[in-house]
Amino acid sequence: MAQIIGLPKLSPTMEEGVLVRWVKQEGDKVSPGDLVAEVETDKANMDFTMEDDGVLLRLLVKEGETVKLGAPVAILGKAGEDVTELVARAAAMTAEVSAPVSAPAPVPVAAPVAAPVAAPVAAPVAAPAPVAAAAPAAAPAAAPAAAPVSLGGKLLASPLAKSLAIELGIDLRMVSGSGPGGRIVERDVRAVAESGPKPADAAAAPVTGASSGAAAEPVAMVARPAPVTPVRYGDQPGDFVDVPASNMRKRIAARLTEAKRDVPHFYLMRRFDVEPVLAFRGRLNALLGDRGKVSVNDLIVKAVALALRRVPDCNAAWNGDSIRKFRRVHVGIAVAIEDGLVTPVVRDADLKGLGVIGAEVQDLARRAKERQLKGHEITGSTFTVSNLGMFQIERFTAILNPPEAGILAVGGVVEEPVVKDGQLAIGKRMTVTMSCDHRVIDGALGARFLAVLVEQLEHPESLAL
Amino acid sequence: MPVISYREALNQAMREEMEHDPNVFIMGEEVGHYNGAYKVTQGLLQRFSERRVVDTPIAEMGFAGIGVGAAMVGLRPIIEFMTFNFSLVAIDQIINNAAKIYQMSGGQFHVPIVFRGPSGPAVQVSSQHSQSFESFYAHVPGLKVVMPSTAYDAKGLLKSAIRDDNPVVFMEGETLYGMTGEVPAEEYTLPLGKGDVKRAGTHVTLVAWSRMVHTCLDAAKVLAADGIEAEVVDPRTLRPLDTELIVTSVKKTGRCVIVEVGWPMAGFGAEVAYRVQRGCLDHLDAPIERVTSDDVPMPYAKNLEDEVQPQVKDVVAAVRRTLYLD
Amino acid sequence: MVAIPMKTPETARVELHDELPSTTVEELAPLYRQMLAIRRLEEASAKAYSQGKIGGFLHLIIGQEAVCTGAIAALRPDDYVVATYREHGHAYAKGVPARPILAELYGKKTGLVRGLGGSMHLFDKATNFLGGYGIVGGHVPIAAGAAFASKYRGDGRVTLCFFGEGASTIGGFAEGLSLAALWKLPIVLICENNQYSMGTPLYRSLAVEDVSLRALAHGMPRDRFDGDDVIKVKRRIAEAVERARETGEPTLVEVITYRFRGHSMSDPGLYRTKDEVEEWRRRDPLNRCRARLVEVGMDEAALTALEDDVKAEIEDAVRFAEDSPAADDYLSYVEKV
Repeated sequence: MAQIIGLPKLSPTMEEGVLVRWVKQEGDKVSPGDLVAEVETDKANMDFTMEDDGVLLRLLVKEGETVKLGAPVAILGKAGEDVTELVARAAAMTAEVSAPVSAPAPVPVAAPVAAPVAAPVAAPVAAPAPVAAAAPAAAPAAAPAAAPVSLGGKLLASPLAKSLAIELGIDLRMVSGSGPGGRIVERDVRAVAESGPKPADAAAAPVTGASSGAAAEPVAMVARPAPVTPVRYGDQPGDFVDVPASNMRKRIAARLTEAKRDVPHFYLMRRFDVEPVLAFRGRLNALLGDRGKVSVNDLIVKAVALALRRVPDCNAAWNGDSIRKFRRVHVGIAVAIEDGLVTPVVRDADLKGLGVIGAEVQDLARRAKERQLKGHEITGSTFTVSNLGMFQIERFTAILNPPEAGILAVGGVVEEPVVKDGQLAIGKRMTVTMSCDHRVIDGALGARFLAVLVEQLEHPESLAL
Repeated sequence: MPVISYREALNQAMREEMEHDPNVFIMGEEVGHYNGAYKVTQGLLQRFSERRVVDTPIAEMGFAGIGVGAAMVGLRPIIEFMTFNFSLVAIDQIINNAAKIYQMSGGQFHVPIVFRGPSGPAVQVSSQHSQSFESFYAHVPGLKVVMPSTAYDAKGLLKSAIRDDNPVVFMEGETLYGMTGEVPAEEYTLPLGKGDVKRAGTHVTLVAWSRMVHTCLDAAKVLAADGIEAEVVDPRTLRPLDTELIVTSVKKTGRCVIVEVGWPMAGFGAEVAYRVQRGCLDHLDAPIERVTSDDVPMPYAKNLEDEVQPQVKDVVAAVRRTLYLD
Repeated sequence: MVAIPMKTPETARVELHDELPSTTVEELAPLYRQMLAIRRLEEASAKAYSQGKIGGFLHLIIGQEAVCTGAIAALRPDDYVVATYREHGHAYAKGVPARPILAELYGKKTGLVRGLGGSMHLFDKATNFLGGYGIVGGHVPIAAGAAFASKYRGDGRVTLCFFGEGASTIGGFAEGLSLAALWKLPIVLICENNQYSMGTPLYRSLAVEDVSLRALAHGMPRDRFDGDDVIKVKRRIAEAVERARETGEPTLVEVITYRFRGHSMSDPGLYRTKDEVEEWRRRDPLNRCRARLVEVGMDEAALTALEDDVKAEIEDAVRFAEDSPAADDYLSYVEKV
């Protein structure tokens, strides 16, 4: 039986995407794993691969169209099947889809709408308490359905469950529905209230076995929107122009707001003598010749990675009621691109040689600007380096990139009078500023990390160790 | 407290009101010498004479209209339909005249009249004699519609209906006449438009009237064995409807099942369901359920007749659906 | 006697005759005044309707004025009248002033029934006018009910119930007639036979064109005559009223008449010829009445004065209706609290 294929979630933070290009066309046969289309997400252009067998009976979205997550993009089935009804239903779903959902990719909506969407995500909560307080004692324990449940992006919950969730401060997306079609009903909410995660933790708590992406989603509390006071930007028409924000811009806005609002930042600053690093780089580049270049930033990335190895408590993330300490060191590098920035990741940077890091960063930065990065290349960093030195910024502070507990803001090389061996001289200095998540890193710990970092940069040959 | 039948309670109500007000009289087929087709008017002829207990020929439109005309000029008629199935041939008088005259006359003439008689299916009397027309009458502004489920309610409500200055359609349960209940010896009335909680509960609200109240009470017993406490709300008067009582109950329970012996399409329960969702949307944990007769004319054979009408098991099943138990 | 185009079975014991009862100026002048006022009232209504000031259905009684005027003249003030949707004249004859009637037709707050009933539903408790009803024949049992109440209370009142010959084919008429006869209710059932049941002539709606014959089946007295002369109508109805008041016996009376206008304002009258209408117009009961007044001694000056007075009364009623505020309350009279 034919099914509607929804736009899959191709990045942890994706809420919508632009269908850049159909790789397969109507009538093409597809198998699981086949590349079907390219989709531009808030992060990058991503591959949309099919998870089912069948024939693409209908493509519902034109190239260049923006599609909400979960919204129908294609109909898959057997050759020759009548899809009139499904096309109509897909149109209705498209109209309906508005809320972000954390469904896995792709979202196959079984043709009879009444059938529950079997989202292959482990139940986010322990089995609910057998019966809610108000429900009869003899009621059988509800089998927790796969959750969070959605139909075309809409959370299914009874009105009472919704009002109760508001009253009890429960995130309905953390609740598995035991009603028909996975509808969340009163007993499900009460079960979570009694035994599930506390509401305050819900947002950050990665639920057992669930993708961390789902857990990192903003809390989808069902709440009435606060009244919006219109803001006046100017007194006269023509004083301003409203430029629609791109997907990426919107996502950056949301993520940074969330980070700055929810993460208790504090900042540590160190100024250090950069001449040894510059000299070291010169020697390395001379050795490399035309085989490549190593930048100061590459040296800093390597130094950061080694410092994290030596002060592993800074290679960590706040985890709701625990601190997650990462065993591997993946350093994210903030790269400015047109209309935004991305943070490609140098994996296992502590284990890579400087030449490899240099080449990798160069490649990542180039492809970032071309928006050709793959999802795995922009996720999973454990610490980030952001460098504005090339723009003559002396020093700055950066906003953390959750869930990481630290980010290093690197300023430019400044010439200044220094005292060297009791003599006034012209020295070269650089300032690095570390933003710390105070839930994970205290002042002394951060200071220790910076001390190790600076020590290595002032003795760059240690980077070769 | 004396225990009397529903029939006797109605008889007492009419007897007392006729004693109380000389303008009250009863008119209908077989109400006098025959003592009532269902013996509801038993003994009234002997007590009040042919002047006030008037046997009619078979002419529902005629005597219903006579009642309306008499009510316009100051009498307080009780018009008995041998069953409400026969009210259809008088419906022009009830809807076009009784319900309209107060308004059509700009408030000059009011019509204090009661149309009463048995309603709903009895036992194996087939399609033309097994109908429930409360939704027809409850649809009409200018009428009041009362459907008591117990002897106590029947007496108190009929007395109020007779005293009411508006036309009242008073539908008795044909199978309830023999049901007994406690009825105070001293005089009392019950207000029209006020419902009654027949059984308190916390898990689900059952809304029913007339005979279906008893079906719901039986279902509540079955449910209680499983730990489900159903609240049974009897509006008693369908028009005006005690919406507040129903809404208050559903807000408490979060679930609602409406049980009626009428047909499903445009049945009165549909109006109740509308009001419940309007008043309780944020309190509902499940879709409002309706249990009705099947959408067919009533068959004759006993097994088929039972199949068509709402039974205890149907109510229990609907309740379990609202609790997501099956 | 003018030949009325209908067949009358041999069994009829009544006949149409034109032997006019004697009268005086004192008796006739007030009846002429009423008939004329009804005529002017209807004409004013037709005019207002054509100007869009009156809406809905408007059924005029022009040509039939002698029937309601004569019949109601036979009543006491406490007697009841129940009428159809063609009842402006009956209400006026029962004593309802022209002002609230016209204001009601205009849909005004000052209307007889506060703008809630309109042309078809005039009611007036003060004059015991129990209303105009829009469902043909449905009011016959209601009239029987009023008569039932009179008998129940022994108050000596009589009820007049008016209906057209078209009502004689519907159940309400049959059941009302049957019960009135059975219980000997003090009622006079007056069939205003204007020969057309809306657009259907008698011969196409009745197997037996003598409606009064229906009384025979119920052992009820009956009468049948033409309704051109208001005094004749008054006398013949008075006999029936007297019988009802004294013996409690109902009577079915058929009065042959003719409406000059269509069934309602929207009726072009294509079902009858212009010649036929002209023939009846020549027998206009209003003209006959005026002629008789002159015969019995009323001088032209007095007649002109009377006619001017009527004209002024209706003009005043039109002004009143025009100037009155619009109706504004449709909620207060649904249920009596």
